[in-house]
Amino acid sequence: MARISGIDLPKNKRGEIGLTYIFGIGRSTAQHILTSCGIDWNKKVSDWNDDELNKIRKFITEDLTVEGELRSERQLNIKRLMDIGCYRGLRHRKGLPVRGQRTRTNSRTRKGKRKTVAGKKKVTK
Amino acid sequence: MTRSLKKGPFVDVKLSKKVSVMNESKKKSVIKTWSRRSMIIPDMVGHTFAVHNGNKFIPVYVTENMVGHKFGEFAPTRTFKTHPIKKD
Repeated sequence: MARISGIDLPKNKRGEIGLTYIFGIGRSTAQHILTSCGIDWNKKVSDWNDDELNKIRKFITEDLTVEGELRSERQLNIKRLMDIGCYRGLRHRKGLPVRGQRTRTNSRTRKGKRKTVAGKKKVTK
Repeated sequence: MTRSLKKGPFVDVKLSKKVSVMNESKKKSVIKTWSRRSMIIPDMVGHTFAVHNGNKFIPVYVTENMVGHKFGEFAPTRTFKTHPIKKD
């Protein structure tokens, strides 16, 4: 079993996929890690030997921010926007889309589940 | 797309003149501005600007964190009144 930065990697997946289970590593970063460590992308996670594992661990700790560190960095960035009171910060505070999307319809990801307002008339022709 | 670094930050000439005058005279007063498109540069830290939002001027005290943002971001142009909460 391979354990990297506090996460158990699935052992029966290809290395390229397995690494993406770490928060902050996607496909392209995983490929980048493996090529710079000189490991075949298709090698299964369970087939990595200790040497290769350590290489990957070293690469991640030195060059990348992942998992908790990345999460807190993200939170700090949002907090900064909220503290200075700029438009993007206000949108974060209100839980509305930040990048100018429409809010008349959609944007359910930010707004959460629909809260129906009673008494709204249906449009009839 | 981001602005080319070669050009440097955009600040309206009128505004940058006013700021440099303020910095030289060491006086602190509110600068009225309509130039929402100007970027906040390090020279402006510590001053208060009255940024127009299309209707009135919103006072914005510039702190170090705000450098790199634009004035318009700090003076919202739209008001949203919340929906009245109905009681049962």
